[in-house]
Amino acid sequence: MDMSRPIVPSLSLETLPRFQRATVAAIEWSRLEAPQARRLRELGFDEGVDVEVLHRSGGPIACRIGRMTVALRRAVAAAVHVSPAA
Amino acid sequence: MNPAPLIALVGNPNAGKSALFNALTGARQKVGNYPGVTVERKSGRLTLPDGRPAELVDLPGAYSLEPSSPDEAVTRDVVLGRQAGERRPDALVVVLDAGNLPNHLRFAMQLVALGLPTVIALNMVDLAERDGLTLDAEVLAQELGVPVVPTVAVRRRGLDALTEALTDAVKRKPEPARDTDPLPQLQKQARKLAAAAVLSETPARRWNHALDSVALHPVAGPAILLALLFVMFQAVFSWSEAPIGWIEGAFAGASEWIAGTLADNLLRSLLVDGVLAGVGAVVVFLPQILILFAFILVLEATGYMVRAAFLMDRIMARAGLSGRAFIPLLSSFACAVPGIMATRTIDDEKDRLTTILIAPLMTCSARLPVYTIIIGAFIPDREVALLVGLQGLVLFALYILGILGAFVAALLLRRTITKGTSSGFMLEMPRYQWPRPRDLLIGLWQRAAIFLKRAGTIIAVTTIVLWALLSFPKPPEGSPVSQVDYSVAGRIANGIEVAVAPIGFNRDIALALIPAMAAREVAVAAIGTVYAVEDSEDSQGQQTIRDNLRTRWSLPTALAFLMWFVFAPQCISTIAVARRETNGWRWPLFMVGYLFAAAYIAAGLTYWSARALGL
Repeated sequence: MDMSRPIVPSLSLETLPRFQRATVAAIEWSRLEAPQARRLRELGFDEGVDVEVLHRSGGPIACRIGRMTVALRRAVAAAVHVSPAA
Repeated sequence: MNPAPLIALVGNPNAGKSALFNALTGARQKVGNYPGVTVERKSGRLTLPDGRPAELVDLPGAYSLEPSSPDEAVTRDVVLGRQAGERRPDALVVVLDAGNLPNHLRFAMQLVALGLPTVIALNMVDLAERDGLTLDAEVLAQELGVPVVPTVAVRRRGLDALTEALTDAVKRKPEPARDTDPLPQLQKQARKLAAAAVLSETPARRWNHALDSVALHPVAGPAILLALLFVMFQAVFSWSEAPIGWIEGAFAGASEWIAGTLADNLLRSLLVDGVLAGVGAVVVFLPQILILFAFILVLEATGYMVRAAFLMDRIMARAGLSGRAFIPLLSSFACAVPGIMATRTIDDEKDRLTTILIAPLMTCSARLPVYTIIIGAFIPDREVALLVGLQGLVLFALYILGILGAFVAALLLRRTITKGTSSGFMLEMPRYQWPRPRDLLIGLWQRAAIFLKRAGTIIAVTTIVLWALLSFPKPPEGSPVSQVDYSVAGRIANGIEVAVAPIGFNRDIALALIPAMAAREVAVAAIGTVYAVEDSEDSQGQQTIRDNLRTRWSLPTALAFLMWFVFAPQCISTIAVARRETNGWRWPLFMVGYLFAAAYIAAGLTYWSARALGL
């Protein structure tokens, strides 16, 4: 990971602007219930993975992770901290 | 002789596993159940290039060997050789979505480590290439130590190479299982391997996202979904008219032929009034059920269904449910039995239980016969707006009523007996795809076969039993009591009528409610049989069910009857599957109780207000 760039902890997948490419900086696993945490991991969420928000609705958000699109509720997205790509 | 080798298809959901299964086995498929659990077991025959037959079994899609649902538990137990009623597979076909390697490879690595002879199908390579991703199967094969065959299941590409590799695989002996690293490390190794296998990569094309921008749009999205559902229900009514006419004609012809051939005796009465009247009244709905299933299958195959779940999550969350519940609930529009089974993909127990309890409120296709016949007899056939018929509109309203009822029930349940934190909604959204006519036809054929089997067995038997109960004992000569009133069934119904008379139900309805417990559509068959038995005494001869209904029922009674069917848990199979899925009688009994209460109240309110309005 590029350590010269400071991680902005306030930016999460929930607040990341649409179509702004970013990498997952950290995931607050403790904020998630165990089955949700495991599913999130199984869907490929991990530090250093590149992500992007594609669609927002009043309910869940859809984001791109790698080449896959995943739907998440906002509460879960808020636990995924991201740092925007340059 | 050794049994044919067993080959299991395993992979992540959305890897194109079912399409590969259909391509390899064609229409030679058997759908059954694993003993003790209600997970569907799909198997088929496959002939290997050396002429040996093999049995191919399609395991439920899973993300890992740590199951989070009963479906995934079956997948794990089968590959580990622990599933009751299934031998351990002799070989595995691990299906990977070529466009999703970083994610799918992790599960593949876990499976390869099990030591079973394994072949990897690198599926949907065409979509990946169209998406700008070219992969090197050789690199994957070397790193994983198993053959990797690029395939395009929907175009039947790579199938020969795959069966070729399987011929060798089934000859190999299983090796001892190796340990794998914990999930986070495995994930990193998978990503590294996926990156190593990439020959060239351009950024993913955006057409999927462009489609999603419309389909998931906060305003356009729900509007499209609602329009689709509306078209679906209108189509169920209007497209089915012609084929229904053919089926009716065929049954009428058969009745006439028997009436002209046999003398007027008990056998003729059994065949014409019992079997043909009963089974015919039900088979006639095959076109509507197939149209409904065709829509559901297309929505699933194109990938739209998951978008619908996404759109619905917000509303579902308000009822304390997850958007995931939308798919089982939509399947329940065809039949609550597969709908309740489909709740197995919901990880959260309370969420799942709530979904099971409300699934019977979705208007299943077995209610359609009842609705259509009553609507056809009592609601005038006119257009209220361009292309919108009044009859279709009433039908739509009945569907909406079931949905609203389910919503209210879920709200109440989630605040009382299934109280708990709201579960999550997290799922992979597959790429859009053109549905394959062949896969749709196989799906439709399976539904039609199940329905006709039901019509030929449960429904035929119950209508014959009902005919017997209606035909015996015979009243003495010159008795003023009619055959139906004198019969065993008539006497039982006269007892029930006391309980249902306040909500406007007459004896014929009370009579129809008993066999309708076997299957709702039997209500129509039962009424058909009652009137056929009565008409056979009548000097004017047989009348159609519709004419009989019009002369014998009032409009408030008909409306109350419709309302009853919106809520009543009229189907033993649903109760049985709820028992199996919840491991006991407690929840199904609760479900039956609350639904009957709701049905009685709703039918009563309708009847009384219709009377008060002077209808």
